Amino acid sequence: MTRRVVVTGLGVRAPGGSGARQFWDLLSSGRTATRSITSFDASACRSQVAGEIDFDPVAEGLSPREIRRMDRAAQFAVVCSREAVADSGLSFEGVRPERIGVSVGSAVAAAMSLEKEYRVLSDQGREWEVDPTYLTPHMFDHMVPSVLGAEVAWTVGAEGPVTVVSDGCTSGLDSVGYACRLIQEGSVDVMLAGATDTPLTPIVAACFDAIKATTPRNDDAEHASRPFDLSRNGFVLAEGAAMFVLEEYESAVRRGARIYAEVTGYATRLNAHHMTGLKTDGREMAEAIRVALDESRIDPTAIDYVNAHGSGTKQNDRHETAAFKRSLGDHAYAVPVSSIKSMVGHSLGAIGSIEIAASLLALTHQVVPPTANLHTADPECDLDYVPLTAREARLRSVLTVGSGFGGFQSAMVLRRPEEAAA
Amino acid sequence: MSDRALITGIGVVAPNGLGVKEYWNATLEGRGGIAPLTRFDASRYPSRLAGQILGFDPAEHLPNRLLPQTDVSTRLALVAAEQALADGGVDPAELVDFDLGVITSNASGGFAFTHREFANLWSKGPEYVSVYESFAWFYAVNTGQVSIRHKLRGPGAALVAEQAGGLDALGHARRSLRLGTPLVVTGGVDSALDPWGWASHLSSGLISDSDDPDRAYLPFDARARGHVPGEGGAFLVMEDEQGALRRGAGQVYGELAGYAATFDPHPDSGRPPALRRAAELAIADAGLEPSDIGVVFADAAGSADLDRTEAEAIAAVFGPRGVPVAAPKALTGRLLAGGGPLDVVAALFALRDGLLPAVPYEGETPDAYGIDLVRGTPRPTSARAALVLARGRWGFNSAVVVKAADRG
Repeated sequence: MTRRVVVTGLGVRAPGGSGARQFWDLLSSGRTATRSITSFDASACRSQVAGEIDFDPVAEGLSPREIRRMDRAAQFAVVCSREAVADSGLSFEGVRPERIGVSVGSAVAAAMSLEKEYRVLSDQGREWEVDPTYLTPHMFDHMVPSVLGAEVAWTVGAEGPVTVVSDGCTSGLDSVGYACRLIQEGSVDVMLAGATDTPLTPIVAACFDAIKATTPRNDDAEHASRPFDLSRNGFVLAEGAAMFVLEEYESAVRRGARIYAEVTGYATRLNAHHMTGLKTDGREMAEAIRVALDESRIDPTAIDYVNAHGSGTKQNDRHETAAFKRSLGDHAYAVPVSSIKSMVGHSLGAIGSIEIAASLLALTHQVVPPTANLHTADPECDLDYVPLTAREARLRSVLTVGSGFGGFQSAMVLRRPEEAAA
Repeated sequence: MSDRALITGIGVVAPNGLGVKEYWNATLEGRGGIAPLTRFDASRYPSRLAGQILGFDPAEHLPNRLLPQTDVSTRLALVAAEQALADGGVDPAELVDFDLGVITSNASGGFAFTHREFANLWSKGPEYVSVYESFAWFYAVNTGQVSIRHKLRGPGAALVAEQAGGLDALGHARRSLRLGTPLVVTGGVDSALDPWGWASHLSSGLISDSDDPDRAYLPFDARARGHVPGEGGAFLVMEDEQGALRRGAGQVYGELAGYAATFDPHPDSGRPPALRRAAELAIADAGLEPSDIGVVFADAAGSADLDRTEAEAIAAVFGPRGVPVAAPKALTGRLLAGGGPLDVVAALFALRDGLLPAVPYEGETPDAYGIDLVRGTPRPTSARAALVLARGRWGFNSAVVVKAADRG
């Protein structure tokens, strides 16, 4: 019999607040946390808006050594891990270290530190043959970011499998999916899983400027992220992280854990189409959704809320709408669908985990977070996107999806514990 | 019902051989690929030797449109994946696209490519950054490009665990077979031999400063003084037995029979390192006993402390000098995500040919290590199973057991 996986703790850092409560306050109020970029001089950038976090590592409890050693993405991951552990109420000292694993998602990992070190080593880009006398001992770990997994492992004392899942913008879904497999197959009993990304640095901004993927709506930063709206013209780059404690169901029940949800299904498919382009038919995302539903042993009609990828690019929102119709049939028109990227932006590899956090909180509060800034829907996006205002609803099962460069399409089904146990 | 994970196709891009036959022949003959860096003038750097793939002309192997959008690591990955599919006789057009997965490991992304774009950004301005930078750089690039080129639309993943990640990719590929995907293209290829990538390697503090290609990287030797970074790796076609039968797979190199990953406790914890446990778990996962393992392909770090830790783990599992230890990495350098999969290829060929590759150098293995390193010339073996070990900086340990193909 397959072992089941439940989420028993969460920690989140997203734009607009710190911790799960402020995060949920933002989402349920429909406020937005996007703003003009302050983390670097973006005056030469096409897109000058972002979802930034006012993160004070000292106030967050990181020691001077941790702050020196860790890239910002690792700091986020560690802070969220500590919060998730506390939230879970699980005594990690009581679990054999060999039975604890770690899976951290990230798309661009230590991009900020890479850029910072590059500027020194190359003398602001002047020297191709960078000067090794200015190397820091952490440079290798910025190039090879498996240290993200190591930092989280040290935080919780994990000695089971540890890895970094770097599937671009689906990393945050896929790292949790990976963790579920390890628990299901019996390799571990507990996983610290989630994702982190801190891409607010000139090179990443330039990457997306170059292909016009990010929005140029610089005069209205607060309303710049407009998923499914006719006026949408690109995503808003953001930073953030979310980490979870995942446990095997029976042992979580035995210890009387508060269970956010069971992860009942997960799948990923590649579209083999284009590194940044999407086919209009949504076939591969639809297949990922179909397989995740199958694994959950539920029909499409059992899905009460779809937490969309909803990045706010022209092609994504149409692609995704097509995928929902293809996989959910008529139910696609009945089920509420929303994108929290309208409020917190798109934090690349982290957002999949942040959206899992939003889905867990939606299940907890029985409230569907809205799609902010949605005033006039694109006629080709003709589903119920819950515009502007959160909505109370009876939520038993939530589908959350992701889509990213490289063709990655992922889907996960989360069910309330009483529904899952039935 | 069998759930064996068969390896039916292999592609290799290694510093001592482009192509699996070239690599294996060079490895048996003790021909290495470690040489002075040619990509740039390395004279200002304290280490100057690398395992480079010389004479690789991407235009001979890849369509022109892929060249401007790919880093050298991705070009090599595309070549290895194409070789593996061709070697396995896999024609994706004849199969169901959702049944074909791509699971790779990567450690440094498209580093030389991104170095050039960082230089464009900081020396000229953001408008000079390539339209390809957004996807030529990130760690998932090889999974995406291999998927697109061959129309593979099954599950995809990219794992990062420094040198251990390549074996994790193979383990996850086997997991994906068990979850219902009949065929996965899997492995790892890395390259970061531009000046910034080179400097990053140096910052690890583990790089040999020798200028003698025959003496620079001497794993398990008393004179070990660090390792030599290299580029390349391997891709495999891994498929379940039913799928292989159904499509009439032409050859079976062997089976990925066991896999496990562990993480070392924090150095301050006083708890024992976890490599031994990874090895034991992988052997048990394969349904074998240590006595069934005929050779260990070692991680072979080439630094005294790391070599001793690994030797102790091997001796603890197999007894002192209880199993031959091979370290063909000594010929290629350490390939980050490519190292583990390439060692798996070497293991499969060693079992097939009944020959264990030798490290090319004469010398002395410290007695205290208690291991039987295969030196000098290849050693005949009747081994039917091999253990492959890989470790990643900060405590990642991964282990794979491969079994030889059935005889007859």
